[in-house]
Amino acid sequence: MTQNQHMEALDMSTILVVTELFEGEIRSVSRQVYTAAVQMGQETGQPVTALMLGGGNLEALAEDPGAYGVAKTVLVEDPKLAQYSPDAYAAVIAQVARAQEAGVVLMGASVTGKDLMARVAQLLDTSLAQDCVSFRIDGGKVLFTRPLFAGKVLAEVRVTANPVMATFRSKAYKAEEAPTSVQVERAQADVPEPLAVVAELMKSATKKLDVTEADLVVSGGRGLQGPENWGILEALVEVLGDGATLGCSRPVSDDGWRPHDEHVGQTGRTVAPDLYIACGISGAIQHVAGIASSKYIVAINKDPEAPIFKVADYGIVGDLFDVVPAMTEAIQALKVSV
Amino acid sequence: MNIAVCIKQTPDTETRVKIADDGKWIVEDDIQWIINPYDESAVEQALLLTEEHGGEVTVISLGPDRIEKSIREALAMGAHKAIRLDSDRMPTDSLATAQALIAVLQDGGYDLIFMGQQAIDGDNGQIPQFVAQALNLPCVTAVEEFHLEDGKGWGRRVLEGVQEKVGFSLPAVIGVNRRLVEPRYPSFRGIMQAKKKPIDVQPASLGDEHLVIERLSYPPEKAAGQLFENGVEAVPEVVRLLREEAKVI
Repeated sequence: MTQNQHMEALDMSTILVVTELFEGEIRSVSRQVYTAAVQMGQETGQPVTALMLGGGNLEALAEDPGAYGVAKTVLVEDPKLAQYSPDAYAAVIAQVARAQEAGVVLMGASVTGKDLMARVAQLLDTSLAQDCVSFRIDGGKVLFTRPLFAGKVLAEVRVTANPVMATFRSKAYKAEEAPTSVQVERAQADVPEPLAVVAELMKSATKKLDVTEADLVVSGGRGLQGPENWGILEALVEVLGDGATLGCSRPVSDDGWRPHDEHVGQTGRTVAPDLYIACGISGAIQHVAGIASSKYIVAINKDPEAPIFKVADYGIVGDLFDVVPAMTEAIQALKVSV
Repeated sequence: MNIAVCIKQTPDTETRVKIADDGKWIVEDDIQWIINPYDESAVEQALLLTEEHGGEVTVISLGPDRIEKSIREALAMGAHKAIRLDSDRMPTDSLATAQALIAVLQDGGYDLIFMGQQAIDGDNGQIPQFVAQALNLPCVTAVEEFHLEDGKGWGRRVLEGVQEKVGFSLPAVIGVNRRLVEPRYPSFRGIMQAKKKPIDVQPASLGDEHLVIERLSYPPEKAAGQLFENGVEAVPEVVRLLREEAKVI
């Protein structure tokens, strides 16, 4: 395909955002990707379409993408999609992408998004830029920035086939309200017999908000000395409010003090909250890799030489068993006085 | 059981990374190479299965001569034999690597194909899905628990706020989370035996690449933060800064 034809294809086509639903709601990362897609469309002139698929009852959500400036929603409802299967979902997404003449296909880089989009990329005979933190348009082409080597290097990458595909990391973009009216379209698809089926969903027992989705993360390390001491971190999460949740370092989750899905770091979750409070975490390179995109980092540690202080915006050298409760109290007082 | 494990050699997590002069890749001298930690867990899971059910573990890896060190490490852990797909470079596009793997996996008659869900260098997280789809096999990624029951496979995967229990038939491709199982250290005997185990070197038939790196850069340096050495007495000031300067609480 020549350069010219490629640009033409971009101009004619739509930007398709695959929506991830969780417990009957649109996941926050999907709303953030709506905003990224709308911003991309403003630069390329492409319209944005949100795709939702499931067993039924999607009607109630169909207009929600309009709040972020998405002009069209495509719904695929089929009883065979009621139970999630990555291969069946991928096949349907690929069919819709073709039917909608998608020039760009985007999704949030959640566990599901990363798994699913690779499958879709192969079905569409194109490639995928995974876990991107930003994009820009240069000479009619979309360039994505994604971290390599755990964020030691940033790579600007381009997908040279059509459609261009990417997943965006949670919190890379902030969902911005830009209300517009939404055209809702229903699409049919052939749902193949699934090869792997989700037989059971198990809710995390301890908390609701995932560490990748939280605005404020209170994270604990070995300095807490034992799982029985987590109460002081829970109290801090409590006063920080609805957007706050717990995280932890790898040793703590390895030792079974905390569940694995709280592990922040290179082989765990990568987070980008507004505020990350590291309590009793020394700051191994693998942990720092997982928190580098946080807007503000507070570190509380007894050891003034702890490497965590090198990345902290505000570091407090002291005993976390004094400092954390004092912080909880001070924030509580602040909230009461407002 | 006949099990294949695909592994990648990656720089150690502690390695300092230097961008090459052309700005397209990194300088590969002075790098401490390791087996991708996710793949190490994949090797361990495969070994546990053959120890219980019998059979063989074949390690497959793509890259230049230098990756044989990592292949030998997997053999020292207990894998039985290996295939090195010879390529002087590692593709940027996972699809190109997957094509080469598919070419050797499709006729291997493997009951299970394990590999890390992603590698710690590129974090692309795509190869298990590509391989499975090309071979029309079930694929489960981000697996933190795996077991077989009446000839059927089960994987538990941890999502944001929820966990899935996924069922599938064999053969299947499993993308392994580091949490699945802690890899063993090779024994002295294992290391000695690994020296005699066969590594079959074949040319890699890489697929086309549609993902290109335009430019590498270092992330912006973070401004030095403020350090308070007065412990609990610093709390009012830090809380004030969080509200008034950072505006995050």
